[in-house]
Amino acid sequence: MTDLTHLISQAQADFSASANMNDLEIAKAKYLGKTGLLTDALKGLGKLSNEERPAAGAAINVVKQAVEAALSARREALLNAEQAKQLAQESIDVSLPARAQSQGGLHPVTLTLQRIEQLFHSIGFEVATGPEIETDFYNFTALNIPEDHPARAMHDTFYIDEANVLRTHTSPVQVRYMENVLKSNKTPPLKIIAPGRVYRVDSDATHSPMFHQVEGLWVDEDISFANLKGVVQDFLQKFFERDDLTVRFRPSFFPFTEPSAEMDMSWNGGWLEIGGCGMVHPEVFKHVNIDSEKYRGFAFGLGVERLTMLRYGVNDLRHFFNNDLRFLSQFK
Amino acid sequence: MQFSENWLRSLVTTDLDSQALSHALTMAGLEVEDMQPVAAPFDKVVVAKIISVAKHPDADRLQVCTVDVGLPQPIQIVCGAANARAGLVAPCALVGAELPGISIKQAKVRGVDSFGMMCSSKELGLTAEASGLLELDNAAPIGQDIRQYLDLDDHVLTLKLTPNRSDCLSLVGIARDVAAITGAPTCFEEIIEAPSEAAKTQAVSVIEQAACPRYCGRVISGLNAKASTPAWMVKRLERSGLRSINVLVDVTNYVLLALGQPMHAFDAAKLKGDISVRFAKQNEVITLLNEQAVSLKADDLVIADSSGAIALAGIMGGLATSVDDETTSVFLESAYFSPSAIAGKARRLGLSTDSSYRFERGVDFANTRLALEFATQLIKQLCGGSVGEITEITGVLPARFAVKLRLSRLVSVLGIPFAEEKVAQLLTQLGFSYTLSASVFTVVPPTYRFDISIEEDLIEEIARLHGYDHIPAMAPVANLSMLAAPEARAHQNKLRDRLVSAGYQELVNYSFVDEAWETELLANAQPIKLKNPIASNLSVMRSSLWGGLLDSLVYNLNRKQDRAMMFELGASYHYADAKKLSFVESTRIAGLAYGSAKPEQWGLNSSDVDFFEIKAHVDTLLADACAGKTLSYEKAEHNALHPGQTARITLDGINIGWIGKLHPKWQQHYGLTKSTFLFELDVDAVLNRRIPAYQEVSKLLPVRRDLAVVVDEDLAVSALLASIKKANIAMLMDVALFDIYQGSGIAENKKSLALSVLMHDTQKTLTDSDADAVMANLLQLLENDFNAVLRN
Repeated sequence: MTDLTHLISQAQADFSASANMNDLEIAKAKYLGKTGLLTDALKGLGKLSNEERPAAGAAINVVKQAVEAALSARREALLNAEQAKQLAQESIDVSLPARAQSQGGLHPVTLTLQRIEQLFHSIGFEVATGPEIETDFYNFTALNIPEDHPARAMHDTFYIDEANVLRTHTSPVQVRYMENVLKSNKTPPLKIIAPGRVYRVDSDATHSPMFHQVEGLWVDEDISFANLKGVVQDFLQKFFERDDLTVRFRPSFFPFTEPSAEMDMSWNGGWLEIGGCGMVHPEVFKHVNIDSEKYRGFAFGLGVERLTMLRYGVNDLRHFFNNDLRFLSQFK
Repeated sequence: MQFSENWLRSLVTTDLDSQALSHALTMAGLEVEDMQPVAAPFDKVVVAKIISVAKHPDADRLQVCTVDVGLPQPIQIVCGAANARAGLVAPCALVGAELPGISIKQAKVRGVDSFGMMCSSKELGLTAEASGLLELDNAAPIGQDIRQYLDLDDHVLTLKLTPNRSDCLSLVGIARDVAAITGAPTCFEEIIEAPSEAAKTQAVSVIEQAACPRYCGRVISGLNAKASTPAWMVKRLERSGLRSINVLVDVTNYVLLALGQPMHAFDAAKLKGDISVRFAKQNEVITLLNEQAVSLKADDLVIADSSGAIALAGIMGGLATSVDDETTSVFLESAYFSPSAIAGKARRLGLSTDSSYRFERGVDFANTRLALEFATQLIKQLCGGSVGEITEITGVLPARFAVKLRLSRLVSVLGIPFAEEKVAQLLTQLGFSYTLSASVFTVVPPTYRFDISIEEDLIEEIARLHGYDHIPAMAPVANLSMLAAPEARAHQNKLRDRLVSAGYQELVNYSFVDEAWETELLANAQPIKLKNPIASNLSVMRSSLWGGLLDSLVYNLNRKQDRAMMFELGASYHYADAKKLSFVESTRIAGLAYGSAKPEQWGLNSSDVDFFEIKAHVDTLLADACAGKTLSYEKAEHNALHPGQTARITLDGINIGWIGKLHPKWQQHYGLTKSTFLFELDVDAVLNRRIPAYQEVSKLLPVRRDLAVVVDEDLAVSALLASIKKANIAMLMDVALFDIYQGSGIAENKKSLALSVLMHDTQKTLTDSDADAVMANLLQLLENDFNAVLRN
């Protein structure tokens, strides 16, 4: 029986020379095909004696296994190469822009309102709303501003008819809310904020005939003027994310609060007016049947556009209502 | 309230400098809105007298003046002013003076030495314009510093007074409050009662006692109304923003400013008969001092004589009885009109006077007579004349009821401790008299305070004087309980976020719009009109958000944008019914899409936005709300929209909004080159949602079969799908449209619908024959209801 071990190196050479799967199959056939050298050798075993056959068969099998190993190694190498080639072909420029819709965005006033709501929500304030076309009664009379009171002249009011106005402030929501609460037999504590649009007959670089306010109201048994200052200061510090902000109260007059104050906020070494506030006036409580001996409350009104301008550095109020996409798209 | 700081300082002695005084006023609730120096800083300007003038040798328009500036020797000044003349007393800036914008140096003017500059009021920065040198009184002391002579080291302060503080509408009132705030003493001039010298009196009857609880008047006859108003008075008036008119009017204005008591001087010679204080007759006409003729109503209070109304009480005098230079006797009026009699009346006539402003807020009724004496004193001093007896009619004056202030209440409202002694001290500083018993102060407010009637009024006063700055910022201590969080109600911010994710930018438009948008674009027959719009194109309340969106679209296209996706969330306003008495406000969310569906980019053929694109956006808004309900888009017509591309959106049969393409006529009207798509939804209807409830998930896999049927071209697919859903065929899980085909093989006026049909059974695996049965049922339904034919 001839020694076949030389076929191993021969097959390895042939396999290595195969540049692709096709060539490799042809090379395989030369050794392992129907008429391949090793197949023939195995066929030749029949001619050997019973004594010779096992040793010869084992020898051929050793060679065959080596050839098969070489074949699968080469096959894997070729597959890897082919896959690598395909991957290379599929490579893209990942830096190209995404196929995308344009980015939408919220109006900056909405961003501020959402922050205000979120901050007050965190200490248990609910959001209350009321109509923008408001009765003269709720906008003025129920807030202790009777007809012909000089304070009415402070509000440049839009009138719809004798009895209805565009609300000049969000304060009427206080009254409506307290009325509703009492109708449902709920009692204080009451904590609400009332954000919304308000209207004044005034239009120039620093006044818009429509703007936004947030009214806040907290009624409880033991609420004080010092607490009002505390809550407003806490809000401003959180809103502007600045612990060094302080709030200054200046005596003022609103018929529906007493004591009343203008709120100033420390800003860049000076003071900026940001709204009005005070302790709920007993007349207002009387109107909604809340016992002002038992309960006290504070109320405040903040200008939303003002806060937005300070927060984002907007220098012109008119931007908010021109709706120029080049302005609005900056607030994404 | 505008006034001179120096005038105030003459009434209260305070060490505070101007800035500190201004700050103290502001922090006590008398907000200093503005503080302006009377003159810009300058120095070395003195009162000077031109001794002689000579022509300049080389210049026609210049003169060489010899000027006495109070030095041992006169100086030579070249001057070009037309009014430079010998004997003129005028300001002179000496060499070394720094005037606003100019330094004075010794100079040669066209070859002649000049040692200073004669000044106009403009050169001193006192006025914006001037013609010629500022002419001073001949008696002005030569050599005196002009700042001292004209009292230029002064400020004009403007207070923004709140309506409750009528007591501070006078110099005396402000001085009183400065004293209360700072503890400084006041130094008010004593007013001396003039002895009566003449018998002449004017008979007065007060018919409306409630409206006029006190009326004082006196005749001063034989006076010289041509006398000139002294410079000190003119200066104080001017620095208070009042022009000098004539000496009599100036005196009444001066008393008004000084004491806060409005006065009126009638020309006594022009009065006819007795004077009465009564309400006007309906439509009674009076011509006022400003020459405006007004028609009165029966609740307007007037001063009348036998000829009719001669003054609008507390508001303005009449022209017919007004004083002028020829006046020789006056009837001086000083009255107390109650605020309710005056309030609103001036505004109704379109007037606002210093007088009405004070009366409607409250004038000190204890001062009526005193003010008349003060005016008398001034007139006598300036115009001479003989003074008659005062006629005074006093009815029931306002009462000043005692107000209780509990120390405990003060402490709990303000949230800081207070000692009794401190409160007592502050009340005393305010000039409030009180008694104290068991920590309760019983306070009687003074006649000049119209704003102290309840305990809170006193708490505010104590807080104000204590200083709001001294009240600390303290976090409340309160019981905690969580807020309700209703899951069946989404927050409207969620809607905003969904549109932002789809590429929309949020806008905020005015709630009032152009009337044409309502009546024409939206066919709103009765828009809500404003009585006093800020502009004619902002005169009605919007019933839809589309007008604003379209307007903003045009605004942005004009700024070179070529596509836009915008939305707004806000109220729309309607009359509740044809009676127009009540209103309905509903919150809407509306969107607009224009131009290419996506921004221009590589790898994507640009195509313009279409109906189904924005329908998808509407669907995302409705995703929560429509769960468990029937959402449908029904073909409909809307004035603003293309009749073939408009749908009314309904949820369980209720109309919740609109979607469609802007009508071509409006597209043309707005000058839009491309189609515009709009939608609007009722936010309230969209925010409701179903709280999820678990349903068994089948362990068995669904079976899918496809079905193609041919139906009429104009059949609404939504109707077909809704009908299948409603039929509730057993084991049928879902049917979806995946293709629509028209063309070869399909008859004209027909279309082929390809449907995918999902079936399942929660109990067992579906057999082929089960599926066949479902498909047969389905086909039968479609054949029966929609004349559908199975497509081969």
